[in-house]
This record gives sequence, C-alpha cells and structure tokens, in this order.
Amino acid sequence: MKNITLTVLAVLVLALGYTYFLSKRASEWKGVDESVVEKFAEEAGRPPRAPFINTDQGDLLLFFFLAAGACGGFLAGYYFRELFPPKTTDTK
Amino acid sequence: MTTPHRVGIGRPAAAGAVLVALLAQPSTAGAMHISEGILPPQWAGLWFLIAIPFLAWGLRDLRVLSAKEPFYKPMVGLIGAAVFVISCMPIPVPTAGTCSHPCGTGLAAILLGAPLTVVITSIALLLQALFLAHGGLTTLGADIVSMGVVGGFTGWGVFRLARKAGVPALGAAFLGGMLSDWATYATTTLELSSALHASGGFLPMFAAIAASFVPTQLPLGIFEGVITAGVYRFIATRRPSLLECLGVEPPTCPIPKPAAHSA
Repeated sequence: MKNITLTVLAVLVLALGYTYFLSKRASEWKGVDESVVEKFAEEAGRPPRAPFINTDQGDLLLFFFLAAGACGGFLAGYYFRELFPPKTTDTK
Repeated sequence: MTTPHRVGIGRPAAAGAVLVALLAQPSTAGAMHISEGILPPQWAGLWFLIAIPFLAWGLRDLRVLSAKEPFYKPMVGLIGAAVFVISCMPIPVPTAGTCSHPCGTGLAAILLGAPLTVVITSIALLLQALFLAHGGLTTLGADIVSMGVVGGFTGWGVFRLARKAGVPALGAAFLGGMLSDWATYATTTLELSSALHASGGFLPMFAAIAASFVPTQLPLGIFEGVITAGVYRFIATRRPSLLECLGVEPPTCPIPKPAAHSA
C-alpha cells in the first residue's frame, strides 16, 4: 500500500511538473498532421477537404473522442480480465 | 505469491490512470493519418490495392487461429482496443512543441503477428475516419499501409531478428516498438512525397517532410519503445504462458492454457 501511494505521488508530481512545463512553453501544440502533413499538402496544391462525416463541429468531436475512449477502455478492460483474471478468482 | 502479484497490478494501474488522464487531452490533432482529400485519386487507389492482400491475409489468419486457439479472440479484442485508443491519443512533445501519437502496431505485431495487426489497424483507422475526423476514407488505404502493413511487419521483423541475434526480450520489444513507429512515419513521408512532389523532385520533398517529422517522432518513437517493452514485461511477469501460446517465446514445458479458457 505504501509503495502504491509513493508511486502515485511520484507520478502526480512528475505530471504536474510536466503540465507546468507545457503551459510555460510558447507553442501551439499542433498535431504533426497539421504542422507537417497538411502544410506540405497545401504547398503542393492538395489541401485537405472536410471529412465525409464531419464531426469536427463544436463539442461534437469532443463527445465522439470521449465515447471512443470509453468504448475502447471498456473493451480493453473486459478482455483484460478474461486474459488476466485476478488471483483471488483462482484461489476461491 | 499473492502479495507481489497484487502490488504488480496496482502500480501500473494507478500510474497508468494518472498518465492517461493527463495525456488524453481533447484535441483534433492527429499524426501519421493522412487527411481526407490530400492524395490524388490514382495514388489513393494504389495504396488501397497494396493494402487489400495484407488485409485478406490477416482475416484468414484470424479465422484459422481463432478456431485453433480460443484465447486469440479476446487477445485480438484487447490489443485492438489498445491500438484504437493509442493511435488517436495526441501526446505533447515538449522538445518540438507539437503533438503526435504512438501507433501501438509494433506491440500488436509482436504479440499477434503482422497480418493480424493489419486487420486491427484497418478497423481502428476506419472508425477514426468515420467518427473522429481523423484520417480519411479516401486515404484509408495509405494509412493502413503505413501504420498496419509497414509498422506491423517492421515491429514483428525487428523483434524476431533481435531475439535471434540474442537480444534480451525486453530490448527486442523496445527496438520493435521504436522502429515500428519510425517506419510508420517514414512510410507516411514516402506516400506524401511520391504523390505530391512536383517539379521540385521526389527526394528533396521526402527529405523536407522527414526532417519535419524528426523533432516530434524521434522522442515519441523512443516513448513507444518503452511502452512496448513495459507491456511485454507485464505479460511476461503476469502470465508468461500467454507468450508461449502466442508463439512469441519458445515453450519451456507443456503449455497451460489461460485460466479463462482452460476451465
């Protein structure tokens, strides 16, 4: 328990430091698809066009990302328990 | 035996939860995904043609292996979900001031083989193109080739070669994950420069795009190598028989099936 607490605290401190560092850096944090792929494509006269199903509208994309993360997390957890069942289940 | 097992699960779970919460920033940023409409139709079609045989090979492997070993299905489900989440998670890279994502295909290929990795990647990329404005339907073939085919076969090949050369499993997993990531972005560079170079020539454009990827992907590839080695170590510690069942490691004794399926 003590080890877990120390590990979580260490990760939190590192994470807070990382977040502080990110907030201080004067960068736009664009994805490389935008800063590299789309930049070169536009220069070559082939700019990207809107997706066929455009979810990039308001908070819609945020909803889909969260839904995708939740579904992916649920599936991963479900199969994880099937492949790596808790020890307590084996001993009962 | 029980206590170390519980501690071993608790640490990565707690650390993972915090890291995921921090890193999963809502953003539309992608990375190796080539957006909708960027590739001219003939190039988009060519990459589809290249991807289709590998996809068929992977589907055949999935059918054969699932019939032979029932635990393949949950393994494919677990790795597939992981690849889907990992490959749409933008990670800020402080050295470059940009965001990009790992691919997860090196890990998938080490555990499941390269053809199955192509299937998993195709499903993940299709869902991302349909619902997450991430990649595109017309560029799906090119994205499958870079991430699934080249990333998968590189991860699998590097891991196998390194093991044959006597590299310890964790080192081989690190190399597989890292080089798989870099190979994916090198292929994206090839796809872009071959389709979009004009009078400037192919090689100058290839060099320019590759040089633009390096500040972000160099550290991120190393990060992906570390993650791959970490997951490999977890499985090797927690259920080594799984690696033997998957043919990743040679069997040391008659192989016990995973508990969930042996009952």
